Amino acid sequence: MPLLQVESLSVTRGDRTLIADLSLRVCAGELLHLRGANGAGKTSLLELLAGLRQPSRGRVAVEPEDLTVHWVGHRNGLNPHLSAAENLEFWCGLNGCPRSAARRALTAMRLPAGAQRRPTRTLSAGQKRRAALARLHADTRDLWLLDEPLDGLDRDGIALFSGMLAAHLGAGGMVVMTSHQALPEGLAGVREWELAR
Amino acid sequence: MSGVWAVFAREMRLAGRSKTEWMMPPFFFVIVITLFGLGAEANDPRLADFAPAMLWVAALLSTLLTLERLFRGDLEDGTLEQVCLSRTPLVLATAVKLLAHWVLSGLPLVALSAPLALGLGMRSDAIGVLVLSLALGSPCISLVGGFVAALTVGLPRGGLLLPVLVLPLITPVVVFGAGAVRSVQDGLDPQAPLYFLSAILALCVTLVPWAATAAIRNAFD
Repeated sequence: MPLLQVESLSVTRGDRTLIADLSLRVCAGELLHLRGANGAGKTSLLELLAGLRQPSRGRVAVEPEDLTVHWVGHRNGLNPHLSAAENLEFWCGLNGCPRSAARRALTAMRLPAGAQRRPTRTLSAGQKRRAALARLHADTRDLWLLDEPLDGLDRDGIALFSGMLAAHLGAGGMVVMTSHQALPEGLAGVREWELAR
Repeated sequence: MSGVWAVFAREMRLAGRSKTEWMMPPFFFVIVITLFGLGAEANDPRLADFAPAMLWVAALLSTLLTLERLFRGDLEDGTLEQVCLSRTPLVLATAVKLLAHWVLSGLPLVALSAPLALGLGMRSDAIGVLVLSLALGSPCISLVGGFVAALTVGLPRGGLLLPVLVLPLITPVVVFGAGAVRSVQDGLDPQAPLYFLSAILALCVTLVPWAATAAIRNAFD
């Protein structure tokens, strides 16, 4: 069973302590919803869980050791000069998925064919977010780390994303996400976690 | 291997989309050398003597033009995070990105150096060594410049710092590169400086991708 465990974690930035002595555990089929005021350290914690930055103290342990992770950060990871399809195909190439998975994923996110082919700088914020979230469709991974995934999504996008979350959790996946918005109703396995400033 | 091809193909595609950015180094190179030629007296024999240094310094400055954006765009739009967390090792992705940079900005300068050197009155045997020295030295500029670009990518005014850091680091390459050509012009054997240049290239190819990778990881912290 996949497991994510954080033990006595501290994060500092300059002389400021963002997170002090944090311990938490996420099990299979569980969604940890990180909440907190701006500057509470939610994004820093996610970056730490992803391995993008190192903790000042403490450790992050995962089981199994080769646990696979999806990262959808604040920034969409889309080059503005490339189309959504080209961006996703590049990502698929990096991760060894077939190129066809990119088109399939974008279609599953209900991004119109025309929007898939346009440079992403011409897309709306919501369309860019859909393209970024399409990575979750393109490849199956154990742990999803999502920073404000609902940003810019319309009602249809949120419903679509809820379905993806439910399917992932139902299959025994784990999710850690930040969101200032309320999570979609009816999701099982949700746990709230308030980060104090 | 799909990751290697994906990075290379993306760089080529992006270069095709922003042609002005990649046309800048060869254009700048040609303009600078042409201005030297126009500024000097017509058929001045001293021009050929100074040509190796002029061509080398112009090639160095031209390559610097494209270095600042090497990693910055990817950091700003979040692509660098995705590359860091992908199944393709970051060191491999970085090495391919640096190779693509050389293909796009260094290789055209190597090709252009021969006709420009001819215009400056250089002898054909010296032109051959010039092309060879630039073929060995321009990848060093891309590699060392790429490392500094990675080092400064997270800094707010890294673009200003970049040339100040690159120029001293690349001095030996310019000294041996221009020195090899000068040796031929003076009737000496250019092998020694060319061997030094080859050794620097081997060192850069071996070390820089690792160093640049460490610098990129540091940019997130």
